[in-house]
Amino acid sequence: MTQQTASAAISPVISQSSALQRFVWNFTDTFVVMRRNLYAYQRQPELLVFATIQPVIFLLLFTYVFGGAIRFSTGGDYINFLLPGIIIQTILFASANTTVGLSVDLSKGIIDRFRSLPMSRAAVLAGRTSADTLRGAFTVLIMIVAGYIIGFRFEDWGSGIMGLLLAVAFGYAVTWISATIGLFVKDPEAAQVAGFIWLFPLTFASSIFVPTATMTEEWLRIFAENQPVSVVANTVRDLMTGTVNPDEIALSLLWIAGIVAVFLPMAVWRYARVASR
Amino acid sequence: MPANYAIIAEDVYKHFGDVKALDGVSIAAETGKVLGLLGPNGAGKTTLVRILTTLLKPDRGQTQVGGLDVLRQKQQVREIIGLAGQNTAIDEILTGRENLEMVSRLYHMPRPAAKRRAQELLEQFALTDAADRPAKTYSGGMRRRLDLAASIVARPSILFLDEPTTGLDPRTRIAMWDTIRSLVSDGATLLLTTQYLEEADELADKIVVIDHGKVIAEGTADELKANMAADFIDITVANPHETDKAVQLLQPLSDESPQADEGRGHISLAVGSGAQSIAEVVRLLDAEAVAIAELNLRRPSLNDVFLSITGEEIVEEEAKPKRRGFGRRRSA
Ligand SMILES: Nc1ncnc2c1ncn2[C@@H]1O[C@H](COP(=O)(O)OP(=O)(O)OP(=O)(O)O)[C@@H](O)[C@H]1O
Ligand SMILES: [Mg+2]
Repeated sequence: MTQQTASAAISPVISQSSALQRFVWNFTDTFVVMRRNLYAYQRQPELLVFATIQPVIFLLLFTYVFGGAIRFSTGGDYINFLLPGIIIQTILFASANTTVGLSVDLSKGIIDRFRSLPMSRAAVLAGRTSADTLRGAFTVLIMIVAGYIIGFRFEDWGSGIMGLLLAVAFGYAVTWISATIGLFVKDPEAAQVAGFIWLFPLTFASSIFVPTATMTEEWLRIFAENQPVSVVANTVRDLMTGTVNPDEIALSLLWIAGIVAVFLPMAVWRYARVASR
Repeated sequence: MPANYAIIAEDVYKHFGDVKALDGVSIAAETGKVLGLLGPNGAGKTTLVRILTTLLKPDRGQTQVGGLDVLRQKQQVREIIGLAGQNTAIDEILTGRENLEMVSRLYHMPRPAAKRRAQELLEQFALTDAADRPAKTYSGGMRRRLDLAASIVARPSILFLDEPTTGLDPRTRIAMWDTIRSLVSDGATLLLTTQYLEEADELADKIVVIDHGKVIAEGTADELKANMAADFIDITVANPHETDKAVQLLQPLSDESPQADEGRGHISLAVGSGAQSIAEVVRLLDAEAVAIAELNLRRPSLNDVFLSITGEEIVEEEAKPKRRGFGRRRSA
């Protein structure tokens, strides 16, 4: 008796897969894992509540505490300047969840289950990044509502929504950086720090809270003007306040594509290595 | 390599720094049979299972599962195996049902089939009452059952169970044995690791004993025992002070020196033929008026086998309480 006939006698549910099937599974498996991660958020409502309240508090603090001082340098309504920036900041900080979430997953037994299944290799990661992106998008919606209550107005809904979509797309790209970090820092406690620390310089040395022109150090201003967070924040701000600048949009999309192109394969490569110590 | 082996490992090495987790291990599990991998803590059992189930890369060595090369055909191997690892691999936040549905979906079953399969397994593993509770509320035994259920979602033809009954109470363990027997009754191949001799004896068609990353013995339970070529007579003298005296008296019956535990008055005697010797034992002790509290004839246990090979007793937990705390025995 050969092995093949022996196995056939047990009538396995699955059969050996084709390349096309495996390609499709990248997406269906991602969806299954994403749902699992969203369930987790849904079952820890405290997490979602705080994740939502924190950016709203930021928004209120910045608007009312700094608003008076900064109004002069932005030359308009600070809320219109600030809200798009805070949205980017929220999305950046939300991506730190990806670092923590992944390192937690890696420390749990479930990862061995995933790795012994014939599922897509990228799905564990993509399921995480997409769930965190959706969570970020949800927070953005809350921020828009809060913004409307304290006086923010879209100049034009069409370009405004484009701006929000761009912000979410940028968030998705950044979750792949966070995922990569999470795979390098396997310890969940360390990931808590590592997930945030690199975000601070990128967030504050940017055009999120203040116009870069106000920065007096030459090197800082040059960095702040050209780094991706500012590029995307400026584009989102323009779109949300009714200005459509195709060059700016193209540059932002380029950054987004570039980040995904570098960090997605790096994360997948790292996952395969971490996972097989 | 013969084609009727579902699992083959040849000369597999895996070192972690100085630790030689696997130091040239070869095993082969016949298709449709149960191979028991027996060894104490740190022997390398889990490392071998992880290598055979694509979770870990060996430093060196050939590995084949279901005729597929484990290193080069990972994805295909994953389609035909089931694994319940030493640490349960379930999602704590999801319910039992959601866990099983998720795994079914990740085996690419359509949604209705996944739901049906989950329900089937919940019933088979007596988890219906807890089906819709988060798995973090499950007891140790329920977790094991859920994990085992998850490992057979796709009815794998080759199954790996790493210490499936560790940490279970004796009653649950015996129920688990029945479950495991039923899993392989329709022709699946099973590689089972265990620290429990009794468990290997109960479930395995063939046993491989490993220690310090090396195979130190293999064969059926009976073959392993046959190599000992002896029966054992366990004697408990009524008055422990007479243990020494009894040992002196019984010495001539055995080629090996009897093992004695003076505190308890236990003596264990390796003899050529138990049936004949037992009468001798009684006569010798009776003649000198040494009272016997208990007298047992037994075939060598796997513990004796292990002891005779390694000179070390296997750490036994609740599996075989009857021989607990017994004195050390070394064969010359
Ligand atoms: N990732 C690792 N890094 C370093 N050492 C390891 C690693 N995995 C296993 N080891 C070591 O390899 C040896 C074999 O471990 P393994 O887990 O395979 O033993 P085991 O037979 O499964 O033991 P147990 O019965 O306790 O589960 C042990 O000494 C262990 O400490
Ligand atoms: Mg182990």
